[in-house]
Amino acid sequence: MADPLLKVSGLEVHFPIRSPFLRQRVGTVRAVDGVDLEVGRGETLALVGESGCGKTTTGKAILRLIDPTGGSIRFGGEEIAQHGPSRLAPFRRRMQIVFQDPYASLNPRMTVGGILAAPYEIHRIGTTADRHARVAELLRTVGLPPEAARRYPHEFSGGQRQRIGIARALALEPELIIGDEPVSALDVSIQAQVINLMKRLQAERGLAYIMISHNLAVVSHVADRVAVMYLGRVVETAPRETLFFDARHPYTQALLSAVPEPVPGRRRARQVLQGDVPSPAKPPKGCHFHPRCPIAQPRCAEEVPLPRVVAPGHAVACHLAAP
Amino acid sequence: MSATAAAPQSQIGRVWTRFRRHRLALAGGFVVALLLASALFAPAFAPQDPTLLDTALRFRPPFADWAHPLGTDELGRDTLSRLLYGGRVSLTVGLVAMVTTVMTGALIGITAGFLGGVVDNLLMRFVDTMLCFPQVFLLLVVAAFVPPTLLSISLVIGLTSWMEVSRIVRAEILHLKEQDFVAAARALGASRARIMFRELLPNAAAPILVAATLKVASAVLMESYISYLGYGVQPPLASWGNMLTNAQGYFDTVPWLAILPGAAITLTVMGFNFMGDGLRDALDPRLRMDP
Ligand SMILES: Nc1ncnc2c1ncn2[C@@H]1O[C@H](COP(=O)(O)OP(=O)(O)OP(=O)(O)O)[C@@H](O)[C@H]1O
Ligand code: SF4
Ligand SMILES: [Mg+2]
Repeated sequence: MADPLLKVSGLEVHFPIRSPFLRQRVGTVRAVDGVDLEVGRGETLALVGESGCGKTTTGKAILRLIDPTGGSIRFGGEEIAQHGPSRLAPFRRRMQIVFQDPYASLNPRMTVGGILAAPYEIHRIGTTADRHARVAELLRTVGLPPEAARRYPHEFSGGQRQRIGIARALALEPELIIGDEPVSALDVSIQAQVINLMKRLQAERGLAYIMISHNLAVVSHVADRVAVMYLGRVVETAPRETLFFDARHPYTQALLSAVPEPVPGRRRARQVLQGDVPSPAKPPKGCHFHPRCPIAQPRCAEEVPLPRVVAPGHAVACHLAAP
Repeated sequence: MSATAAAPQSQIGRVWTRFRRHRLALAGGFVVALLLASALFAPAFAPQDPTLLDTALRFRPPFADWAHPLGTDELGRDTLSRLLYGGRVSLTVGLVAMVTTVMTGALIGITAGFLGGVVDNLLMRFVDTMLCFPQVFLLLVVAAFVPPTLLSISLVIGLTSWMEVSRIVRAEILHLKEQDFVAAARALGASRARIMFRELLPNAAAPILVAATLKVASAVLMESYISYLGYGVQPPLASWGNMLTNAQGYFDTVPWLAILPGAAITLTVMGFNFMGDGLRDALDPRLRMDP
């Protein structure tokens, strides 16, 4: 990508494991262990992987809600991985997040109006009257009545709360929104509504999204490109069509075979993975996937496979991936 | 909007419903309301000036005549008037001490819980150290240096009893700060102060309110302890504590002089404690399911 909005390279987030007694460090959880990502303006990148593979941690590190222990995050061309709070402030307006849990993500003691006015208060934007007007406008944008401003979050359904969370993320007119499984906690009937809202907003405002999901089927509706994560690393990145029809990484292939007909017209032999996902506190040497990989070679247990471009926009981190 | 259907009752309404079902708490709340009213309107209810001496009428028994419904003390002062005015003093000490306790405890608890790390460690070691000493000991040490006035007594009681509040608030903040709404505030660029006082503190209101109620009771009790030891509210100003102190010389002959302020203290402590227990049950997040 020539001039991506966001370029993440070699991102690492290692959490210390401390002993309960003397609190000394006894190990490391490699939640994110060298992630490379790019997101273009107005584009949707889906970040997909099983539970615990580090998707949320990656998202939070990009937003600098968790401090990365290594790697680079370039947003709009500027390196922000090491920025302190004051230098981060302008970037807070440019990237936002929508959380998975519509209950925990809204302060139960604040009215919806208070929640939506907070971004303007924090950045000292507008007078009180301006803020009221902006809050009403935000509510209208996400399909809620202006009276909602006076109510508390518990008075709303999950889907409505998620709309409020989206409205909050929109308040500062960001260029990038990270959606951390924004619909997975909602009823299936509501999921499509919220996804459609997010797609409409993207079309209207030229937003870029990183959509985090453990569900490849959801991704097939929204993503332009897909990045597949396994145990703290991105194993394959490709445009959506390419990923569904021409996945090269054995892990991606296994994931796809578990999805019942994600894209019509394509049949796959069902391929069941052996064993469990190893713990990120003790990741396997070499390729993280090698203990479960059906085609693993001896070198896979020794050498870390680096992402290789096999076709334009299609990168695979596997020793055996043919160009 | 279906939102209205989901919330037939406000949060406060639901808490009140549960509180009302708690008979003892309701009785406690009633007693507290009565005590506060009698303290507030003491000048209207008191038959006479609580410091007025009448040596001709010493040790009048209760219910003997209308001029002194609860009798008189060793200096011929009207006991009902002294109880009412003493209640004013004792409750003032209780409330001012409670506010001091809650503010100190909440501030230290939220700072320790939110900032964590070294700050948390230092503050919590300080709490442990303070808790090593019995409160009466701390009080008497301070009392040796600070002349006892209503304000200084209240502040000293407050500043020696905030430790549990700080622990309660810290525990609550540790749990709350991991919630996504805090991450959302940080993603918006909110300052630490804003997160601590606008986002987190209001969510810790319930346990703080319960602690506050219980602290009034313990401060009233503490005032009577130290008055009893002679470091509390100084005569001629009446407090329940110093009424009790004065009564101790006559306990075998005129027991009502001790029984009446003793009963007032007991009633107050029980009233606030029952009310606090009821509030705890009504606000307890584990019971926060709809009835
Ligand atoms: N603060 C932390 N301290 C230690 N370990 C953590 C911390 N946060 C996350 N982890 C660990 O890091 C790994 C990645 O977690 P993360 O929440 O990013 O996964 P995820 O892909 O979002 O999973 P899910 O689909 O369940 O949300 C997990 O093993 C998790 O236990
Ligand atoms: S590098 Fe080796 S173990 Fe890893 S996915 Fe490729 S073939 Fe399998
Ligand atoms: Mg997650």
